[in-house]
Amino acid sequence: MAETLETQQNSVTAPLVEIADALKKQNSGWLAEVKDALGEVTLIVPNAFIVDVCWFLKTRYQFDFLSDICGGDRGVEEDPRFEVNYHLFSTKTYYRLRLKVLLSEDAVHIPTVTNIWRTANWHERETYDMFGVIFDGHPDLRRILLPSDFDGHALRKDYPLRGFEPYSLS
Amino acid sequence: MGLENKLVDSLPEILTVQLDAVVNWARKSSLWPATFGLACCAIEMMNTVSARNDLSRFGAETFRASPRQADVMIVSGRVARKMAPVVRRIYDQMPEPKWVISMGACATSGGVFDNYAIVQGVDKIVPVDIYVPGCPPRPEMLIHGIMMLQDKIMKERMRDRRDVPTAEARDSISLGTMPVTLGTQLEEDSARTGVTRPYTIASRHERRRSS
Repeated sequence: MAETLETQQNSVTAPLVEIADALKKQNSGWLAEVKDALGEVTLIVPNAFIVDVCWFLKTRYQFDFLSDICGGDRGVEEDPRFEVNYHLFSTKTYYRLRLKVLLSEDAVHIPTVTNIWRTANWHERETYDMFGVIFDGHPDLRRILLPSDFDGHALRKDYPLRGFEPYSLS
Repeated sequence: MGLENKLVDSLPEILTVQLDAVVNWARKSSLWPATFGLACCAIEMMNTVSARNDLSRFGAETFRASPRQADVMIVSGRVARKMAPVVRRIYDQMPEPKWVISMGACATSGGVFDNYAIVQGVDKIVPVDIYVPGCPPRPEMLIHGIMMLQDKIMKERMRDRRDVPTAEARDSISLGTMPVTLGTQLEEDSARTGVTRPYTIASRHERRRSS
């Protein structure tokens, strides 16, 4: 039973693994790691190549829809501490793919992908708002959900739940 | 009707009463709330005016779409930090006499949302007359709160409710911040330290709140 499940999973993710192989063939530095688990494929991409990889996937493999960009804080003591996840979807082939970029706390800069998918504009603003990740080249990088005079980034692990003064109001 | 005939016969044509009593009686009998729902408490507030509970029995069924025509603001739900300037602006746009009902646990104290995003009690930004507990309160509880507000109105003095012209809220409030009124300790502190303290304003009504 377990074997059949595994083979089923593999058949689901096989086309995506092929795409990962094609990416590696294109440029061996583009992918740091390929994770194939639970029927989902995650490609870990070095910071410098995220725009190239996204452009390649959009033009060659019809990933024409960026469903989400979200940040993640792995913990204050972790290094790399932050991650930025790109969830891609293709309205032609119905494939879903996740790209992950790891960022250390000292350099939370990452190139913007607003030139590839325009919807990335607000997603990147939200990630900046909640995690303080700076998207270089973004046309209008400012807060989107929190008040404009908010102090700090709310979803960082070291942010106090009740906020800083004068916002804590307790 | 027979009652009028009896009254005409038994009462004099002129009655002497306290002005406060008459004015307060008129005010409490037509409390018009502002149409202003924030969260799930607003569903119960809508239910309160529905046929089953029928808030119009107490003269408060007419929810006005403009705060300039409203008498009472029912803060129904949690107030997000970004919503706080809006709540304050609506309060400032209401003409005197005006009252505030804090409906539910979240509007009263932040409720379960003890975090950076929610104002921990709407009384941090506007003066509250009646607190209605519950999560959410049943329509009966809101009606009880409105009736208690009516009792409170009957004890007020007219001179306490004079409308003092002030700067329009939209001119005096910059986005995301709240002004600190002149002459308070907070104002002095912020002038000295240069740290503005948004959302913690003493209202101009708070000093004479006695009832």
